Amino acid sequence: MSGGAKLRVRVDSVTPVNDLIKRFRFVALDGSDLPAFSGGAHTVVEMDDHGTRRLNPYSLMSSPADRSAYEISVRRDDQGRGGSLFMHRHVTPGMEMTLSYPVNLFPLDTRARKHLMIAGGIGITPFLAQIAQLDQFGGRFELHYAARSRVLGAYMDRLTAAHPSQVHCYFDEENQAIDLSRLLATQPIGTHLYVCGPKGMINWVLSSAEAMGWPRLALHHEEFLAPGTGLPFEVQLAASGKTITVGTTQSLLEAMEAAGVDAPYLCRGGACGQCETNVHKCDGKILHRDHWLSPEEHAANAKIMPCVSRFEGKTLVIDR
Amino acid sequence: MSLDFKPGAFDFFRDETFRESFTYRNSNPLRFPFPFDRDDYMYSVNMEPHVPGRKGTAFEHILDVDEHYVAEMIDRAKVLADDPLRCQSLPHMTLAGWDLLELIMEAKARDYPQWFSLTKNGNRWHWVNRPLGIEQSFTFLDESTLPYGPFEYITRQTQGDFSLQDERDNDLWMDAGMITSQADWSLDFDIGMSFMEWHAPVPLAHEKGVFDRALKFLLKLQHGAPVRRFNWTMTVNPLLDTAPETYPKWGPTKTTLTQENLGAKQHLRVELQSLYRLPRSNAIAFDIRCYLCSFEQIVTVPKWARRLHRVVRDLPDELAAYKGFLRNRPAMVEWLSKYDDGAPTSPGWWPDD
Amino acid sequence: MLTPVTPTIRSRPVYAPLEPRPGRLHLMVADGEGADALIELLAKANNRSEILSSAHVIYAPGPNGTDRSDVLKALGLRQFFRAPTIPALLPRLVRVLADAHMGTQFYLAGTEGLIGQAEREIMATGFPMGAIQKEHRGSTVRRVQCVHCKGITENVATDPFKCSHCGLNLFVRDHYSRRIAAFQGVNIDAEDPGQVPEPVVRFK
Repeated sequence: MSGGAKLRVRVDSVTPVNDLIKRFRFVALDGSDLPAFSGGAHTVVEMDDHGTRRLNPYSLMSSPADRSAYEISVRRDDQGRGGSLFMHRHVTPGMEMTLSYPVNLFPLDTRARKHLMIAGGIGITPFLAQIAQLDQFGGRFELHYAARSRVLGAYMDRLTAAHPSQVHCYFDEENQAIDLSRLLATQPIGTHLYVCGPKGMINWVLSSAEAMGWPRLALHHEEFLAPGTGLPFEVQLAASGKTITVGTTQSLLEAMEAAGVDAPYLCRGGACGQCETNVHKCDGKILHRDHWLSPEEHAANAKIMPCVSRFEGKTLVIDR
Repeated sequence: MSLDFKPGAFDFFRDETFRESFTYRNSNPLRFPFPFDRDDYMYSVNMEPHVPGRKGTAFEHILDVDEHYVAEMIDRAKVLADDPLRCQSLPHMTLAGWDLLELIMEAKARDYPQWFSLTKNGNRWHWVNRPLGIEQSFTFLDESTLPYGPFEYITRQTQGDFSLQDERDNDLWMDAGMITSQADWSLDFDIGMSFMEWHAPVPLAHEKGVFDRALKFLLKLQHGAPVRRFNWTMTVNPLLDTAPETYPKWGPTKTTLTQENLGAKQHLRVELQSLYRLPRSNAIAFDIRCYLCSFEQIVTVPKWARRLHRVVRDLPDELAAYKGFLRNRPAMVEWLSKYDDGAPTSPGWWPDD
Repeated sequence: MLTPVTPTIRSRPVYAPLEPRPGRLHLMVADGEGADALIELLAKANNRSEILSSAHVIYAPGPNGTDRSDVLKALGLRQFFRAPTIPALLPRLVRVLADAHMGTQFYLAGTEGLIGQAEREIMATGFPMGAIQKEHRGSTVRRVQCVHCKGITENVATDPFKCSHCGLNLFVRDHYSRRIAAFQGVNIDAEDPGQVPEPVVRFK
């Protein structure tokens, strides 16, 4: 089944956190407990945006121990394709929605001697659930959290109140920056590093750590890609015998779904690999935007990830 | 929990043995999950959704509790008393053990309310297992309130071997196991291995990419959508515990087969393997449920008789050697050939009505 | 030269030549001919003096008696320790790991017994196994666990061999346990007691 098992929920509350971020709380429609999950997991929220179906992944930020509700935080992206705007403008308490079962692409390595967490902006959300999990089951951690300003530092108050010696906050506006080389030089052997935030921050942290001799296997990051926009393009679907046009603000996956073609997916952000599709013919250039395929696979143009990647050229035939 | 359960407490559960006297029998062979859906066999991923199936079969509920339950649990307790290394859990797997305990208790209480009950008051849980005479109040997620770790506690009360796979670095690591009815592999040796490492000794399948595909599939396994597949081998006598540890004890029985005793002694051993993504730990539980059926009971079903003969006859030597019956294959084929008239068989594994 | 391994099953460890990598501490554990792998590693490095000044070598002679400690000592390492045997070497490694930091590079070289036992101690810290460099050099004798009695026999040269603990005749599989740091030995005459093939020297 595409996207796996689903959960029917009701919006329990919508809470503004700051100018850009709102928090959404969901409870099961039938009042039962929601499935338990692990810190770092996300859910895909299905939206019916006035006839357009949008599915966006959001990290679960509530405590994994609390099965009465799920919480997510959504940062409004005025330049995006509209999912976050829909959440901010149209999702209100009492509404019924559909979520995917939680999926974790950013889990803690529970054998680690210590967990070093680095967050930028809205990238804080998976760490909230992970810290709640470590609180309950034990585990040494340290969080370094950078935000543009004090006002935009969502959940800093609750984090520093609960963990005054483990949580360190930084503000761009006050010219504060994480002292990364000192931080990376002083971690005990067996530490695992986790980073979630803007692309630039992720690259900075990962490349600094590798340059200092940290093994890639101890470095974990999560970055959901928005499918992005682009020029319209045509795709032939070999298995279903259809030819479809992918619109400017639509992903190939969304265009297949709109044409009634059942295509597999999980994260819809280029990370999980579920939607990987074989390419039969490619006369043109695939604009690969995923994290899943290797650089060699990108170059070979024999596979495409329809959730984020696009096409420019004459003919693209894929196995769906 | 002690070794003196009373199988007679419910008429349903057979009083039988898997050692010495070997009194194990199936009351109804049609309940046996015959694993061959065609007349030949080759390794494949062959995964399908693990959803409740046909009534009165091993597939009716996701965890099958059958007439052998009490006797199997007595046998497991004896194996563990002899060798506690058959159940191990690496330190980081405790949470996955709780996940499994919750999955099993909820499923059994839901599907078999006449035998099991689970009542919850927040994290204070009360569990009743009537067939085994167990009643336990405990605090969920607090190991100090159970007589064993959560993984050992629940798998001492559940048919089937279990292993727990931790997911890291795009791989699955077998970091816990309760392994007392295994097809000749050692948990103590294999614990901590990656998916490819613990499947390493299996011949032919690696070259065909079976394990690469299986791993890729399992890494995407989702909570709430378990899957299952079959595996099988052969065992002389209804012996659940065919461990490498005790091979010097049971190995010699392979030389005792004759055309006269083969039908009663030779058993087809089926593993109904089901896999579940666990929610709190993100680990994967692997349930390897063993079913045994003697050749003489299998041939009471004409379709199975014809098909088993053809599968055993045509299996590649490498697989017969890996499954440990190369030396007995000629005798098995000779015995089975008497029940194969050469007629075509219908597709699928269900018996013809 | 790296001791070649015939590819067999996927649980059998494979090895690769050591490569210099960035690090603040270079922890090198070796026995016997493993010393040559360390020397070649240093020869390859374009920052040889930098590595030497942050290198800690822990070394034991090989099971065949090869002892290159004089050559290693002369390299000008920041720290050098010679233990008479592998068991005598391991407590030193554990002590060094206790306050090591991320940014440490691990290089293991020599017999599979040395590599396996050192790797096990490093993994116990939570450090990812895949990031430990390992180069097999010198003797191919094996450390084998008897799957029946669980006793480990060191320096096994023949196949089959007699378990030094329970006395069963065991054949040596390529199946390898990182947790135990040993290959698996299985009774060869279980089905036909007494029918034991003549032992052949397979590991030297």
